[in-house]
Amino acid sequence: MAQQHGHTAHHDDAHGHDDGHDHGSFKSYMTGFVLSVILTAIPFALVMSGGFESRLWTALVVVAFAAAQVFVHMVYFLHMNTSSEEGWTMLSLIFTVIVVVIMLAGSLWVMYHLNTNMMPQMNHEALGIGS
Amino acid sequence: MSQVHTTAPGDFWETEPHHHEDGASTSVGFWIYLMSDCLMFAVLFACFGVLGGSYAAGPGPQDLFDLNLIALNTAFLLISSITFGFAMLRMMLNDQRGTLIWLFITLLFGLAFLAVEIYEFHHLIHVGAGPQRSAFLSSFFALVGTHGLHVAFGSIWLVTLMVQVSQRGLIPANRRRLMCLSMFWHFLDVIWIGVFTFVYLLGMI
Repeated sequence: MAQQHGHTAHHDDAHGHDDGHDHGSFKSYMTGFVLSVILTAIPFALVMSGGFESRLWTALVVVAFAAAQVFVHMVYFLHMNTSSEEGWTMLSLIFTVIVVVIMLAGSLWVMYHLNTNMMPQMNHEALGIGS
Repeated sequence: MSQVHTTAPGDFWETEPHHHEDGASTSVGFWIYLMSDCLMFAVLFACFGVLGGSYAAGPGPQDLFDLNLIALNTAFLLISSITFGFAMLRMMLNDQRGTLIWLFITLLFGLAFLAVEIYEFHHLIHVGAGPQRSAFLSSFFALVGTHGLHVAFGSIWLVTLMVQVSQRGLIPANRRRLMCLSMFWHFLDVIWIGVFTFVYLLGMI
């Protein structure tokens, strides 16, 4: 990618490169901080007060808040955007997210089926082994 | 490659090496390191996801965890993230003293986080819920312990940089190092979101 820019573009870019990417401003840090506090306080309050009647709903809401907070951190603290470092940070992030999703979903899926398909005799707890 | 070139190579290829400033690609390289670190944490999360329900007839999350303590820890780490942000803002204004003060405050909150976590681990091991008790506790200590180790090494790095900045000032090399550490520090906070959500909050529901 860098090749296409040629010499002049490089020297123009040089100033932006020395610091890597933009560091945000007081306002963006405070926005991120306030949003993070809200997105942390709500799931904590929810779980500490006992949560909804349906445990599944409570879990889904808590995970949704976590996802939102990760996004807030990425944007306001890590200053992610599609154009920093000519898109390479975004590209590596997308790649990592795909690998992480495959790894997590695959592990949980495979191991769940391994557990449910296990022969009854293999239930160590019932046999009193290792407890 | 055996073809005879009819024109000078310079017409086709840029034979002059590109001039890059020192460390021009540091931030993208460091970002890729963080992504690889992220993969390592993903493995530990997957491990916890698989083993998190295997209590071996021992204590579960509801018997062991104290959400007040976790909320306190979360607050410490979040505040340390914003104070590091303030340190970076002072750095951009070439304010060496301000940078050092905010870095020191960040360090205090980082150490407070570690102190609470060590207290928690000590308490768990004391009540007989150490890593050898069950698969759940093994994967818990592996995941949360690895995050704690990252914060500990981040704190050591922070002290090193405070010494460097106070001795050499805010030279370009130190600015670059501070930028890497700030990415590392914010990244640890992102991982902590995963930890308190999947380990503590979901365990306590």
